[in-house]
Amino acid sequence: MSEKWPQRLHVVTGKGGTGKTTVAGALALALAGEGRRTLLVEVEGRQGIAPLFNVGPLPYAERRVATTSGRGEVRALAVDAEQALLEYLDMFYKLGLAGRALQRLGAIDFATTIAPGLRDVLLTGKVKEATSRTENGRRVYDAVILDAPPTGRIGRFLNVTAETARLAKVGPIKTQSEGVAAVLRSPITAVHIVTQLEEMPVQETIDAIAELTALRLPVGRIIVNATRPPLTGAAKATAAEVRRGLVAAGLAADRATVAGLVREAKDYRVRQRVESALQVDLAELGRPVIELPFLPGGVDRAGLDLLAEVLAE
Amino acid sequence: MTDTLENVTATDGGQTRNGAPGVVALDVDALLADRSVRIIVCCGSGGVGKTTTAAALGLRAAEEHGRRTVVLTIDPARRLAQALGLTELDNTPRQVKGVNPAAGGELHAMMLDMKRTFDDAVLAHTDARRAEEIFANPFYQAMSSTFSGTQEYMAMEKLGQLHARGEWDLIVVDTPPSRSALDFLDAPQRLARFLDGRMLRMLMMPARAGGRSMFNLVTASFGVFARAVQKILGGQLLADLSSFVSGLDTTFGGFRQRAERTYRILQAPETAFLVLAAPEPDAVREAGYFAGRLRRDRMPLAGLILNRTHRLSTTGIDTEQALAAADALEGGHQATADTLRIHAALASQVAREARVAERFTRAYPEVPVAAVAAQPADVHDVDGLRDIGAALTAAA
Repeated sequence: MSEKWPQRLHVVTGKGGTGKTTVAGALALALAGEGRRTLLVEVEGRQGIAPLFNVGPLPYAERRVATTSGRGEVRALAVDAEQALLEYLDMFYKLGLAGRALQRLGAIDFATTIAPGLRDVLLTGKVKEATSRTENGRRVYDAVILDAPPTGRIGRFLNVTAETARLAKVGPIKTQSEGVAAVLRSPITAVHIVTQLEEMPVQETIDAIAELTALRLPVGRIIVNATRPPLTGAAKATAAEVRRGLVAAGLAADRATVAGLVREAKDYRVRQRVESALQVDLAELGRPVIELPFLPGGVDRAGLDLLAEVLAE
Repeated sequence: MTDTLENVTATDGGQTRNGAPGVVALDVDALLADRSVRIIVCCGSGGVGKTTTAAALGLRAAEEHGRRTVVLTIDPARRLAQALGLTELDNTPRQVKGVNPAAGGELHAMMLDMKRTFDDAVLAHTDARRAEEIFANPFYQAMSSTFSGTQEYMAMEKLGQLHARGEWDLIVVDTPPSRSALDFLDAPQRLARFLDGRMLRMLMMPARAGGRSMFNLVTASFGVFARAVQKILGGQLLADLSSFVSGLDTTFGGFRQRAERTYRILQAPETAFLVLAAPEPDAVREAGYFAGRLRRDRMPLAGLILNRTHRLSTTGIDTEQALAAADALEGGHQATADTLRIHAALASQVAREARVAERFTRAYPEVPVAAVAAQPADVHDVDGLRDIGAALTAAA
């Protein structure tokens, strides 16, 4: 696997709205170069992956959503806790029709809701299974990328043993959760945190790293999404200077236009100062930081490829 | 370094003004001044500024409209919590300092303590001994602190309590940072359905349920299910669950009724919903789902607040002009060149945001909209909240 991304299971979290799903998608593409195959998994029932790759809603089945120029392939899976529980029960019991009847009755929804830890262990269990699955002695996926719940819920989501241990003292669920926990805490896993240069996402990044570290979960990279190169000339944008420039360019240099431009430059500088301070806060965490560029044309395949390139660099 | 910003705006047309024609402007001041409105619920997906907006609305209601207001926040950012004087999670409204009392209003704020609200609800309806039994049950512990619907349920419970106390003439509610804004409406009833439903009763006494009007397949499969659950989760778990449910059952006399009562408050004319979004596709889509749901449930949607929108300070120069001039001025007039690039990037952002907002206004042309300008820095004090309040009403 790539030197920069040596792990096989990449968990991608971040504050809502920072572009977690986009970054997870780009990472899945980045790691699918050179004939490799990656699996991109979502677990929150949001169907966030489908629009990213411009495909219809994903079923509970692994579907190819993209191929890369290096003859690699990205598959995607929307894990559904109910389906995962049925699948799990089916391993022990032959449910068949009865399973469907139970589902209609709401039994599965009930079981996964009454014990929230159970739901999470089913979801992460499926991810673990895909990560370690082999076919003809060869790994099915070179890397699995999990579009995980946001920073506010990530600790609880990944700390599966603690949640289930409270409810199930013995039995298969306990064994299952211990197996998942072992993988999540092993060197094959990294939890990456997506942020933007805004106060709340950065604060949540700091809090999440502290929480994950305390839980002994392996923190990977901080990925700063949607950054733009600074325009340093804005520092000298006085009214007189801007007026001279506009006149030199043959543009309207009336008082209102000049004042408006100067004001926009001033707001920009305020924003810039905030962003620089936040960059320092992130650097002080002592974790590898990757900055991804803002995508002016919105998130499409070309944009994802651009982000994938930066991630793979 | 200049390439990126050129690309930013290369595909963009001219300028777009805020507030497209045909869009009804939301008059936030009129809403806050309307004394028949007693509850304002701020909804929307995570990260759109719900808590800050709720606090800013509360402050303005107190300072400008003389209302005795309480803001119920769910999970405020640390610095905002400090600004409101919420240094401890004690589940009690505290008066916010630094509020101008000239108009005769007051602002109180509280942070929801989910577990404590649940505990209080149990204590209010049962004796101490039974309450202790319930508190000690592992299911109660799991559910009262981690169940995904509990926060929504307890937010409603707390709203019901604040409303019943009648001490405030306006309650502003921030909603939990759910996966979906709809969770706030759905989770309480879902939770109630679980605790109150036949599913649980069947699980508790599968034998008796089998004798009633159940279909054979269901009964049979339920036996399989119960055995499977028993096997996987262990017998102790079922016993815990059983005692938890029977304990709560006698205590609450029906979770469902309780949830429905609060739901009816939300449907009453004294309640106004505000849907919040940022001008991003996901947030606006979520706002659309929520607006549709409120319309179906005949709940009073007062308007959409579009936070963090950008505005141009001048429309005298369009994007192409700005970029062409920036290239020409590169080197000689660096300050102006960069200023023009900032202007061009801003113009394209404004255009993009307008296109995103249009998706909502086309689908819900009757819903009034207030666009709130992005603040250069986050808010951490009462002065900052006052500025947001002014920005909220400036659009009208």
